[in-house]
Amino acid sequence: MQLAYYPGCTLKTKARNLEEPAVASLEALGFRLEEIDRWNCCGAVYSLADDDLIHQVAPVRNLIRVKEQGNDRVVILCSFCLNALKRANLLMKGDAEKRDTLNRFMDEELDYGGEVKVLHLLEVLRDEIGWENLAAKVEQPLRGLKLAPYYGCTLLRPREVAIDDVENPTVLQEFLGALGATPVFFPESTRCCGSYQVVSNPGDIPGYARDILSSAVMSGAEGLVLTCPLCDYDLGKGQDELVKKEGFKGMPLFYFTQLLALALGLNPGVAHFELNYGSPEAFLRERGLLS
Amino acid sequence: MPVSVSRRRTDGEFVKKVRELSGENLQLCYQCGMCSGSCPAASHMDFSPRQVIEMARLGLHEEIVDSKTVWVCATCLACAVACPRGFDLSRLMEAIRLLALRKRADHVRPEDIPVEDREELPQIAMVSGLRKFSG
Repeated sequence: MQLAYYPGCTLKTKARNLEEPAVASLEALGFRLEEIDRWNCCGAVYSLADDDLIHQVAPVRNLIRVKEQGNDRVVILCSFCLNALKRANLLMKGDAEKRDTLNRFMDEELDYGGEVKVLHLLEVLRDEIGWENLAAKVEQPLRGLKLAPYYGCTLLRPREVAIDDVENPTVLQEFLGALGATPVFFPESTRCCGSYQVVSNPGDIPGYARDILSSAVMSGAEGLVLTCPLCDYDLGKGQDELVKKEGFKGMPLFYFTQLLALALGLNPGVAHFELNYGSPEAFLRERGLLS
Repeated sequence: MPVSVSRRRTDGEFVKKVRELSGENLQLCYQCGMCSGSCPAASHMDFSPRQVIEMARLGLHEEIVDSKTVWVCATCLACAVACPRGFDLSRLMEAIRLLALRKRADHVRPEDIPVEDREELPQIAMVSGLRKFSG
């Protein structure tokens, strides 16, 4: 089955270890990702000011590209892009006046009214493939790995774009269970990593990382599972700093797509573990999951 | 912090603009503090999220803009999810930031970010940081 795919800027450069294992895994599961033509930056954050329509143009244009190519849905891997596109889609669906203004502004494009369904890869795995079917495709179960799923903010908030329950999400736990790993609940799994504060207040970031990572450690986790490239950067860099300055015992950070590729028995090169924080390769070798 | 509250300020231009930009009804808040309790950045702030709402409706423009709070908010929306009154504080924070940024008072300029950080930061960090903190 073919799926329209919006990658976003970060996946093509800094987060190839999120993208490449996802593309390979979906192929192994019988899907083909078709990257949409002429996609542009999503704007990264959704505009919250009522009078600021110009910043809605970038995400809406991407949705129009999906529609232009004859698709009625698009799959996204980056949590920031997902949030920006889902919220812009809701605006186009629900606000007739703003929809009209935006459509008139983009006069060369097709008129758009929020017709495209915006999906995160975890939604495709849960709702279209199903956990039982996914478990049946696992070649190398991640048995014995105690992993803490970290959701961050943008997959879950605001409520109207959440891919799961906003306060008690389970989709990542279920995903890890299907791969044969042991999901570890920890209380800070939906707490913000500091996000773009890394640009303005980088000194605060290790504090956010300490709150999240120490909660995962105290809950018995051996590794953290992420979906978002900015969480990866903030927690990874923050952890490096804590290890250096405070003797913090670090843990490997994984993207969920890397674990998917590993469990499906794909060539581990596709996961690019060498790009991760927290030395996951040594950890996986020790567990006999990587040669 | 002693402040002077007057009809001139509570009905003033700042309160009107904040209401327009955010689209939020400031009177919804009954000061329960769920926003402050759920905010992961509260310990980095000088005024708590709950206090910012009260200050905004009292029209204390300079006090809020000069404080750290709106610049430390990462728009994580924990407050919006926790609020029992359906008030979206992230929109109020954005409106207050924009009132400063639209006067060309950038909080962060690209040239302030060290070159090595610019090369290393994921694009979503650079784009979102500069979207939130520059005009």
